[in-house]
Amino acid sequence: MSKKASAPHLFDGKIVAAASVDAFRKLDPRHLMHNPVIFVTEVVAALVTFLWARELMNGGGAPFFSGQIAIWLWFTVLFATFAEAVAEGRGKAQAASLRATRSDTHAKRYLDPTDPKGLYSGVNALDLRVGDVVLVEAGDIIPSDGEIIEGVASVNESAVTGESAPVIREAGGDRSAVTGGTTVLSDWLKVRVTAAPGSTFIDRMIALVEGAERQKTPNELALSILLAGMTLIFLIAVVTLWGLAGYSGTFVSVVVLVALLVTLIPTTIGGLLSAIGIAGMDRLIRFNVIATSGRSVEAAGDVDTLLLDKTGTITFGNRMATEFLSVADVAEEELAAAALSASLADETPEGRSIVALAKGEYGLADPDFGAQPTIVPFAAQTRISGVDAAGRSIRKGAIDSILRHVGVPLERTPPEFRRAVDGVASSGGTPLAVAENGRLLGVIHLKDVVKPGIKERFAALRAMGIRTVMVTGDNPVTAAAIASEAGVDDFLAEATPEDKLTYIRKEQTGGRLIAMCGDGTNDAPALAQADVGVSMQTGTQAAREAGNMVDLDSNPTKLIEIVEIGKQLLMTRGSLTTFSIANDVAKYFAILPALFIATYPQLGALNVMRLASPQSAILSAVIFNALIIVALIPLALKGVAYRPVGAAALLRRNLLVYGVGGLVLPFIGIKAIDLVVAALHLA
Amino acid sequence: MTFIGLAQIALVFVLALAAAVPLGRYMAALFSSDAAGDASLVRRIEGGLYRLAGVDPAREQGWLAYTLSMLVFSGFGFASLYVILRVQALLPWNPQGFDNLSPDLAFNTAISFLTNTNWQAYSGETTMSHFSQMVGLAVHNFLSAATGIALALAITRAFARSNVATLGNFWVDMVRTTLFLLLPLSFALAFAFVALGVPQTMVGFVDAATLEGAKQTLALGPMASQEAIKQLGTNGGGFFNANSTHPFENPGALSNALQIWAMLVVSTALPIAFGRMVGLPRQGYALLAAMGVLLIAAVLVVYGAEASGNPLLTQLGLDPSQGNMEGKEVRFGQAMSAMFVAVTTGLSCGAVNAMHDALTPLGGFVPMFLIQLGEVLPGGVGSGLYGMIVFAILAVFVAGLMVGRTPEFMGKKIEAREMKLVMLAVLILPLVILGFSAVSAMLPAALASLANAGPHGLSELLYAYSSAAGNNGSAFASLNANTPWFNVTTGISMALGRFGYVVPVMAMAGSLAGKTRAPASAGTFPTDGPLFIGLLVGVILILGGLQFFPALALGPIVEHVLMLAGKTF
Repeated sequence: MSKKASAPHLFDGKIVAAASVDAFRKLDPRHLMHNPVIFVTEVVAALVTFLWARELMNGGGAPFFSGQIAIWLWFTVLFATFAEAVAEGRGKAQAASLRATRSDTHAKRYLDPTDPKGLYSGVNALDLRVGDVVLVEAGDIIPSDGEIIEGVASVNESAVTGESAPVIREAGGDRSAVTGGTTVLSDWLKVRVTAAPGSTFIDRMIALVEGAERQKTPNELALSILLAGMTLIFLIAVVTLWGLAGYSGTFVSVVVLVALLVTLIPTTIGGLLSAIGIAGMDRLIRFNVIATSGRSVEAAGDVDTLLLDKTGTITFGNRMATEFLSVADVAEEELAAAALSASLADETPEGRSIVALAKGEYGLADPDFGAQPTIVPFAAQTRISGVDAAGRSIRKGAIDSILRHVGVPLERTPPEFRRAVDGVASSGGTPLAVAENGRLLGVIHLKDVVKPGIKERFAALRAMGIRTVMVTGDNPVTAAAIASEAGVDDFLAEATPEDKLTYIRKEQTGGRLIAMCGDGTNDAPALAQADVGVSMQTGTQAAREAGNMVDLDSNPTKLIEIVEIGKQLLMTRGSLTTFSIANDVAKYFAILPALFIATYPQLGALNVMRLASPQSAILSAVIFNALIIVALIPLALKGVAYRPVGAAALLRRNLLVYGVGGLVLPFIGIKAIDLVVAALHLA
Repeated sequence: MTFIGLAQIALVFVLALAAAVPLGRYMAALFSSDAAGDASLVRRIEGGLYRLAGVDPAREQGWLAYTLSMLVFSGFGFASLYVILRVQALLPWNPQGFDNLSPDLAFNTAISFLTNTNWQAYSGETTMSHFSQMVGLAVHNFLSAATGIALALAITRAFARSNVATLGNFWVDMVRTTLFLLLPLSFALAFAFVALGVPQTMVGFVDAATLEGAKQTLALGPMASQEAIKQLGTNGGGFFNANSTHPFENPGALSNALQIWAMLVVSTALPIAFGRMVGLPRQGYALLAAMGVLLIAAVLVVYGAEASGNPLLTQLGLDPSQGNMEGKEVRFGQAMSAMFVAVTTGLSCGAVNAMHDALTPLGGFVPMFLIQLGEVLPGGVGSGLYGMIVFAILAVFVAGLMVGRTPEFMGKKIEAREMKLVMLAVLILPLVILGFSAVSAMLPAALASLANAGPHGLSELLYAYSSAAGNNGSAFASLNANTPWFNVTTGISMALGRFGYVVPVMAMAGSLAGKTRAPASAGTFPTDGPLFIGLLVGVILILGGLQFFPALALGPIVEHVLMLAGKTF
């Protein structure tokens, strides 16, 4: 849909180069502490390195083998830190360009905002405080986030939105907020600063994009606990094995036990977990949506109900002519031609849609009125437009206005005229009447046209278990008609902002999560109450503060994409977790027989992969364990494929791919690596 | 494996299920608070007891109060049982004049009966007076079973309710379980056992003259009543050391089938009651199906392994058609012995009708593995259900994300706090089983108790701690467990396996009860279909089983491959 900023290539050369350096920087144990699985891997990697060095110095042991194990353990850690670095790197480029707009802006700060003389002094933008009032004139960069208290101006917001078409900003109303870093193109504005230095919208965006303020989201935290718990369980299993094996008269070297431990603990998901989270935020940013917390991205995946404004989201926002309904003795073409003539001078969107329909559907050309036609332009007072020419007087307009114009009460109009009027009204449309020389020709059906394809999207959402609720100021009849045409599950007619808030509260009491979007100050309470509140970049400061996401394109339809991105993030996490755990089965079959084969050669029966030697089996499992992290980085960054089907179908597919695949793939992978290891005589 | 054998197995399973369905409905009605109206008789009977004890049945408890009530109650039970065992020589009903128990044995036995484990480091017929058997042990057969069910009820309510802080009243749950579930069932079952020939008497001994004219002393006692609750409450502690292999405890094929049925029926009914209480009957059956799939598979593996016999003996000229009959009773046969083995370990019962020590390595691997899976197939009364719920939460958490929502189970979100508590609970089993086994494997004092060398000795050790921590109570009987080391360490294992597990699970229940129950939609993870059942089975095997795989490889698995290679220990 509105995928604006093009994604950098997955392994963009510059990003990879920077990430490779970062990967080493991230080896700092203080940093890795937050990731228990990889931290344990790093600790045992250091341990094996020490053992290898000791073997090398003292002689004895198998330094060639332990050296290789040590190398691959370090690779495992490095691949994990590299994954995180690559994910972060993709955001950093974007942050750099944002930062450029922030530096060295000068501001014209009023000495006394109430002073009519308007004296101001030049200060650095960074010295502005909340409550200061500044003057911004054509050509100036707006120094900080603020609220316009006086003036109207066109503003170029491309620094923030990437959209170069200027927008109008004015005091009062829903378009009074300005963003620091954007440029005033014409006129001037008096702006009251609303953000402290360092916490402006651009500052927060930079922080988010860079992932500097990244904290673990709730589900990520819960998953980390599961992974840490599993690590602990396998630690117990491996440490006690030392004692149990001792009883059996098997000496198991520490290096081999470490290899078993590292292959069993969920290093794959542990190594990719933070990369998945960063990449999810990054995807959102590339859809030009800024989430102020990772929590809201997860919540987007959980949303049960979408509250969508009718206008602009479900319908085009303007009523459009869709059909001509003529009375009995009038041909449809005659009505169409009359409507066309009467509407040529009507510059309202409705009027233009009548012209478009007559020309498009009926193939009519511009009528020739001969000399000196008298144009009657549309006026809000009369609600009639028309033309007088060559003895014809054609009018079109609201039913009551036309009836008054022709002087016929509704009861005395032709029955098919009344039927048409009732039919249009009851279907939620607006009827217009057309008359020529005092004779009623028929009715034009004006309708709120539903955007093409939106019904299918709602059907897809329904399949995902998400209810859509249309919010509109229309009366219930009109709302019901549009709701059924668009295929929404429910609607709120004649809705006030309070109605929205009440509806959200009611749904939440039932345990549902709600997403909505809004831009006005009166939307702010509902935006704050919703679990996912997307405010429009064009909206007021209050709305932008209340929501937990800002859509830079101000496109309310994007709510649907946001939900999909949230779901994709969670799915990626789940799929890789399942994959990682399923992998353990094959690793057992590789390592266990190798561990005890000296004492119990019969355990070779478990060596179902027929790996070349005990050493090569252990080494191959460790190598597979490291390489699978790298192999899955693209998947972690791109996310698993999402399809809008029901949960049952999604689960079946993902279980098959990542669950069963996770069981089978390592058998093949370890065997292949073992062939290479054996061929190269590495073990 | 014979057709008749398989048919016998199928028949007992079907009969257990057929009884469990109405029983589950009855339990759901009995324990739902709104059942008060239709059970006015229940109200009147229990009302008197509450007044006597000063309990207000209408006052519900939060998770902490509920858990503390349970712990205080159990602590009191432990102290009283310990004292009884230590002074039994001074107490009445001691026709044989048995001595007091040693401190470590009394400690071990008290914990054992308190935790529904019924690990018996002693021989009942030569150690316990009738007073100890009836007032001490049999009482706890009821109370420990009721405690398990009460805990399961509290956890069930955590899912059934929304935004509440309370999980029910421990005392009410205990009274109702004992009075209206366990006692009536036990009465009926005890009469059935008497009819099938199980003795029920206060006489201590009879002397009989054998065919050779020698004098034989037969131990007697109140067996049928003990036998009934031993099976129904998945206790497993027998009157005799020989447990259900003894002809007095288990006289014939019919009584044997009835014993298996009785073990199964309450634990099978609990998931059904769970489903009804949370308003999602299909969910209950889904949990039951996952239990059933694994249990039936386990029965078939044991049956197959035992029926195909021991190749070493076949080489010596033994007729292989009977399979491995060592340690089995001819009157039960191969099929019903195999079924008993798998059911008693899948269930955390621990009664035995064959010597597990004498099973083939593969046949012995299964019961040990079933215990290590966490006793959830279908597990001890109550404990099996909450163990299964823990696994279901793990399954939902791991795979639930794959539908693109944060994990939820029956509408309750599973978040960091729940996960922390679940992991605390699941850590207990590996820590206790593997920890104590590894220490014992290096401790000469412990190794002296082993009857066998090589991997079979290791199996004995592993089995002992698995059985204790899993609150099962069965044993690879050749281990001499009545030593201070084993009495103390298995005692600790039993206590941790029960209380160390359930306290975090109760805390989790408390947290879940406070959450809003979200309605299911097409987007929520379906947890009542075949896909979830398969997933749950996979998670039980991988998360529950993989941690023990290395240890098992050194015990029964290597033993099995060695047997095939013609080596024995």
